[in-house]
Amino acid sequence: MVPIRMDGSTPVIKMDDFSTLIGGIAGDGINEAGLTAARLFSRLGYHIYMYYDYPSLIRGGHNFSLVRASREKIASHTDGIDVLIALNQETLEKHSNRLKNSSFVIYDADRVKIDDRKHRGCGLAITSTLLEAKAPAVMKNTCILGGYCKVVGIDWQVLEDVLRKHLPKMLDLNLQVARKGYDQATEFCHLGSVAADRSRTGKDGEEKERKPHEKPHPIITGNQAIALGLIKAGLGAYVAYPMTPSSSILDFMARHAQDFGLKVIHPESEIAVILMAQGFAYAGVKAAVATSGGGLCLMTEGLSLAGMAEMPVVVVNAQRAGPSTGLPTYTAQGDLHFVLNAGQGEFPRFIVAPGDAEEAYCWSVMAMNLAWQFQLPAFILTDKTLSESQYSFDFDIADRLCGELKNDTLKAPLLWDGQGEYRRYRYTETGVSPLAFPPLPGQVIKTDSYVHDELGITTEDPLITKKSALKRQRKGRTMSEYLEGYETVKVLGDLKSRTALLCWGSNKGVCLEAARKFGLRVIFMLVLSPFPEKKLKDALQGVERVIAVECNSTGQLARLAGSCGIKIKIEDQILKYDGRPFSVEDLLGELGRIEA
Amino acid sequence: MNPKDLATKAQVTWCPGCGNFSIMSAMRAVLADLAGKGFPMGNVVLVSGIGCHAKIVDYMNANSFYSIHGRTIPVASAIKIANPDLSVICFSGDGDSLAEGLDHLIFAAKRNIDITMILHDNRVYGLTTGQFTPTSPQGFRGKSTPEGAVEHPINPLDLMLASGATYIARGYTHGIEQLQKLFRDAILHKGFSFVDVLQVCVSYNNQYESYNKWTYTVEGNDASSFDEAQKIIRSWNYDRSDVPIPLGKFYQADKERFDQSFEQYRPGPAERDSKIKDLFDNLI
Repeated sequence: MVPIRMDGSTPVIKMDDFSTLIGGIAGDGINEAGLTAARLFSRLGYHIYMYYDYPSLIRGGHNFSLVRASREKIASHTDGIDVLIALNQETLEKHSNRLKNSSFVIYDADRVKIDDRKHRGCGLAITSTLLEAKAPAVMKNTCILGGYCKVVGIDWQVLEDVLRKHLPKMLDLNLQVARKGYDQATEFCHLGSVAADRSRTGKDGEEKERKPHEKPHPIITGNQAIALGLIKAGLGAYVAYPMTPSSSILDFMARHAQDFGLKVIHPESEIAVILMAQGFAYAGVKAAVATSGGGLCLMTEGLSLAGMAEMPVVVVNAQRAGPSTGLPTYTAQGDLHFVLNAGQGEFPRFIVAPGDAEEAYCWSVMAMNLAWQFQLPAFILTDKTLSESQYSFDFDIADRLCGELKNDTLKAPLLWDGQGEYRRYRYTETGVSPLAFPPLPGQVIKTDSYVHDELGITTEDPLITKKSALKRQRKGRTMSEYLEGYETVKVLGDLKSRTALLCWGSNKGVCLEAARKFGLRVIFMLVLSPFPEKKLKDALQGVERVIAVECNSTGQLARLAGSCGIKIKIEDQILKYDGRPFSVEDLLGELGRIEA
Repeated sequence: MNPKDLATKAQVTWCPGCGNFSIMSAMRAVLADLAGKGFPMGNVVLVSGIGCHAKIVDYMNANSFYSIHGRTIPVASAIKIANPDLSVICFSGDGDSLAEGLDHLIFAAKRNIDITMILHDNRVYGLTTGQFTPTSPQGFRGKSTPEGAVEHPINPLDLMLASGATYIARGYTHGIEQLQKLFRDAILHKGFSFVDVLQVCVSYNNQYESYNKWTYTVEGNDASSFDEAQKIIRSWNYDRSDVPIPLGKFYQADKERFDQSFEQYRPGPAERDSKIKDLFDNLI
């Protein structure tokens, strides 16, 4: 099969921002193929964001990875793509609307037919190449990525380096089929060279040498960042029941359990999960759990126990589209008010919704610290987009952020000083009682889900009931005051703009990008409980119009802001609730529509 | 240690004549005795659910986790896994562990985790004033089944045997010496121990007369035999009140335990941070 010759005109590809879509069926290894492409660009000094879209099934169906490489730090995808890699016909048909005049299609010519009047493309004989090489079907990724490297001008050596590091299984065969793909894509397919694009035109028109990265950034999912943050925070036990899109944390923890001495348990239900976490906490072991909305529903009685018994526990809730089973593999921000209120009765809780991988990492450390410092449930609220997308992880940014959060030195929880009789729920000015763990010779440690006295013994006394409620409130206030010293609300974008985008969670990246184009301020709510009302009001100074951007159908953050007197008009709430994250084009279009 | 040292100042609010008094006094005696034999009280953690049974932890001067309805097992399991030196004893009710928390109970047996479960089996919901439970006989007239329960009861011991528990026994609150023996055995047994205690609820299901007439202690049985245990266990299915009810130890086996599968190794902060760095490097 001879690759299709291009029309001879010089291709114009914007190499500062380059998007590739790889599509095929489930079981084709589309996620891994996207990750390989991402790693190629990362080695060339690009920042990466990869969105992975897959239906809830194991074999068949349509999967695609959207790999975006940029010279800037990014955390969102674009609809438009520069290269489409089609492993099957369906991919071409589903995504041809994303192609620009300058875009290029690389496809398995044994399986995909393209209309060369409509698309510029390069067909590679993938299926027959694999047959010849007696290679398994899953290697079609490697083969087509070989061709891809030639087309976009990535040196063979870069691909070989990535394959050697990340595909050590059947390496020789992988290298062989990749080389065949590489060699099949002749010069005719050559689009230009991303690798050669190391220079940038300065303001004075002078070519300036771009400083290459000393070391490429790791590429990491939000879930991996959370897992690593929790481990850094001294995690001792991880308990979870599998539920998309949180399951990859469980898989990660189980895989690394021995390295870090973690006790990883997959028990019978989310009810067992949240109760086990508290058994660990009682014995002095830092524990975390993760789930999605449905699992969190089962955890609510346990959460309320953590509130009453003052048990530190970190809960990751990776949101997906609901209600109920909803769309298991698609995104949403529909659980904000659920997480704010989950569990009967009143008790303080901490909720953080990171917006990218660095925040996911550093604030996971923080969440664990706060859970133990204030003896309460601390939530890390993520969604499918943040949990399963791949991000370049910039150590400079993470080190700075972790430094600001003082995560370098792990804070020890308030421990009992050994004086007198131990009282688990001793009343203190801060509302925080000193902790002790069994065995504690000569003393007893009593934890109780009932209203209890300082010793942890059940009571129905009205005065103690009131005192114990006030103690929990006081603890919440102490945490609020403590958090005043941290950047729980971020003001970004054009700080002078009188129009602000208000957002939370994974929408941070897309809002920043859209705000750049429109010259807008971005107010990013990182901590949602205790709600940083004063910081939000400060962030809004000089703002005349607030536009909320959320992935839910009712404007949940807008409602929360509304309860603090910050009214956001319905027409200024840009809401997306189709299970898919905002693309840059989506948000730009919406902002244009409402004349932001 | 004197068993009286294991009392707290909390006022005991069980009904006079409640079977829970026997369970508490037997447990205090066993723990006080064990404390004098290299089994320190500081290493004992009691976990209870919710119901009349659960008040026991307020009345015992010991480490305790007063959990929620049906959830003793997951709390107790994690405490044991967190610190294998601790001896963890669950107190639960038949509503608590056989209805709301049945899955946890089955999984504790399946894992053969080294904790002890004392089931206060009064066969009625006492604290909610008299509804049928999973061990109430068919026809039981409770507040939720005024015409008589349609369902047949669960035989919890049969269930535990099938699920993998490695110490299975039944006691009766009128036989305090036997209770002490069974409790001690169960606590010292390595693996999941289940003691079903026929605990009489004087207010809503007073079975003293029937139990006094029909209970007997099995003797000379081979507790290592699964089949023999099953036969004894199935000789009374909680449905009838006109057949002998066996008491005693029915089954004991030595089997690998879930809590043994965890390494106690923990890297220090510096080693941990260096391993985190390696993981990041692997993701480049």
